[in-house]
Amino acid sequence: MIRLIGILVGLGFTSAVLWAFGVGAYTFATEPAEETAEHAFHLHPKDVSFPSDGPFGKFDRRELQRGYQVYKEVCAACHGLHLVAFRDLEALGYSEAQVKAAAAEWTVPGIDPNTGEATTRPGVPTDYFPSPYANDTAARAANNNAIPPDLSLITKARHDGGAYLYSLLTGYSEMPAEMAAEFPEFSTPTGLYFNRYFPNLNLAMPPPLSEGQVTYADGTEATVEQMSKDVSAFLIWAAEPTLEKRLQTGWAVIGFLLFATVLAWFAKQQVWAPLKPKKKA
Amino acid sequence: MSFPWAKPYEPKAPLMRYLDEKLPLPRLVFNAIGAGYPVPRNLSYMWNFGVLAGFCLVLQIVTGIILAMHYAPNAAVAFNSTEHIMRDVNWGWMLRYAHANGASAFFVVIYLHIFRGFFYGSYKPPREMVWLLGVVIFLLLMATAFMGYVLPWGQMSFWGAKVITGLFGAIPLVGEPLQIWLLGGFAPDNAALNRFFSLHYLLPFVIVGAVILHIWALHIPGSSNPTGVEVKTESDTVPFHPYFTAKDGFGLAVFLLLYCTMLFFLPNALGHPDNYIPANPMATPAHIVPEWYFWPFYAILRAFTVDFILPAKLWGVLAMFASILVWFFLPWLDKSPVRSGHYRPLFRKFFVVLVIDMGFLFWLGGAAAEEPYVMMSQIATAYYFLHFLVILPIISMIERPDPLPFSITEAVLGSDDDKAVLATTPAS
Repeated sequence: MIRLIGILVGLGFTSAVLWAFGVGAYTFATEPAEETAEHAFHLHPKDVSFPSDGPFGKFDRRELQRGYQVYKEVCAACHGLHLVAFRDLEALGYSEAQVKAAAAEWTVPGIDPNTGEATTRPGVPTDYFPSPYANDTAARAANNNAIPPDLSLITKARHDGGAYLYSLLTGYSEMPAEMAAEFPEFSTPTGLYFNRYFPNLNLAMPPPLSEGQVTYADGTEATVEQMSKDVSAFLIWAAEPTLEKRLQTGWAVIGFLLFATVLAWFAKQQVWAPLKPKKKA
Repeated sequence: MSFPWAKPYEPKAPLMRYLDEKLPLPRLVFNAIGAGYPVPRNLSYMWNFGVLAGFCLVLQIVTGIILAMHYAPNAAVAFNSTEHIMRDVNWGWMLRYAHANGASAFFVVIYLHIFRGFFYGSYKPPREMVWLLGVVIFLLLMATAFMGYVLPWGQMSFWGAKVITGLFGAIPLVGEPLQIWLLGGFAPDNAALNRFFSLHYLLPFVIVGAVILHIWALHIPGSSNPTGVEVKTESDTVPFHPYFTAKDGFGLAVFLLLYCTMLFFLPNALGHPDNYIPANPMATPAHIVPEWYFWPFYAILRAFTVDFILPAKLWGVLAMFASILVWFFLPWLDKSPVRSGHYRPLFRKFFVVLVIDMGFLFWLGGAAAEEPYVMMSQIATAYYFLHFLVILPIISMIERPDPLPFSITEAVLGSDDDKAVLATTPAS
């Protein structure tokens, strides 16, 4: 009885889903999906590597310092970094005094000790990076109705984080001629910028970097590629400052576990030895 | 209960004898997972996953309790408190990655455990109760994992919660009020997050209770084995300790190697990048997908795209729940007296098809909801239901199984001395 009911229920689900398949297949065959410009001309991130990649990854402190400089002088005008504190900058190779000085270069919201009024004061190491806008409405108003995302986790919040960021920053271009020919209705609205690494090809952020925009303290030439790479590396660090510790711990754990696995194998072999079937001569 | 030849517990040390009189806990452990529990000697490594699942449960409870000390279940601060754990709590990043990847590891182990059961007929008498409790545990596990994924309050947390609770809206008449009641609002918000946290903390202990019943029910008939032939004599078994503690020890070490590789070197590989974006009810992600371990069932849910007597959405919800509930009926759908797939040539072929079908459903559940993936998931879903509800009952009626070995001992050693003895004595 239960099997009979089972077969009926099974055939019920099967008919419903096969009916859906039939309708879907018919639609698929008679109305082929139209190719979109976003699908045809979107590019995957460029093939770029960072010192922090892979199981032996390490941060390059000088690269991170240059990246911090790019963030401070360019990105910070529109993008926050609210999960990172100034004290965290010591991980970039700065001394305590340097961090104190770096924090003081930033203006953070404060309270006037005498009146209790809202005011601003220079940052101290325990402060977090301040947001460039008072609120989301202000951010929208200043940016053509697009909120510049906070960058604290940006490299973990996008597929291929660092490479994606680098590609986006170096990926502004003119619309290719063949694309204009193939998709004449595709256009980049005023206030948006064509970028083939962005999913819908139209990015609200104007090209932020230009040759020599920052003057690196270490004398590195500030090309767009160099600055993009440095700031991407900096933001990989900002998204996961514990990356190096994670990899180092990982190797110690794997090493121990390999040893433990070998021991466990021999222990098992020894325990089972008397029970193994004897080979017949 | 156990076999008559099970080693009796005989404590020698005065303290252990005293304890045995007052509170025989060591006796319980000895009889449950010690030398007092005889186990078929031929258990393969496929029998490791029960112990591994128990390990995962403990791992999740321990890491989870510590995470709860630092996490704040409030929609305004939940996301940042998770990042506080990642950045400021000592070893917090390791705890969180251990817990997130621990959930994935738990499901890997559980799926292997379940498919072991499918192949070796572990659901058949006398172990139906073990199987039923196992399916209950799996459902509890899914509920717990789903609510846990909501807690970081990222974009996928929020939208996953919205989609899954939205399924209740498909129920006729009571659907919408039920959905609002479950969420404590029209959409997931602080009320939902708070109750999910509360239940995410509670359910693991319910699972512990169900696991105790699962093991209790298992110990009455004793473990099944790869031949599916029941234990006959003492030579068919070995004591659980030291034989299977040693074998499980090696299995655990290999499991930890793989798990720690994920934890330390690819901690976000199984997660979705969108969950590092704070929840935003105003911005829908391009593709809403649950965690990978729900993909087969998500694929089944999405396969019903066209109304067929009932609305498509209701079909999807019914099918998704039915796809797991059908496991409850397995002991009565598959009536073949032979347990192990090793001796069932026809069943074995369809089992391979089921594994491939499940593989497809896994892949399609994570794929975008567009053609040709939808059509493929429809075929895979049709086979899934045909397999359990139509093919299995029919196979069990028409199949001619291969000859079984006389006993476990014969299967292992090639001969069994008891066979000759039993053959000359008339059956009693």
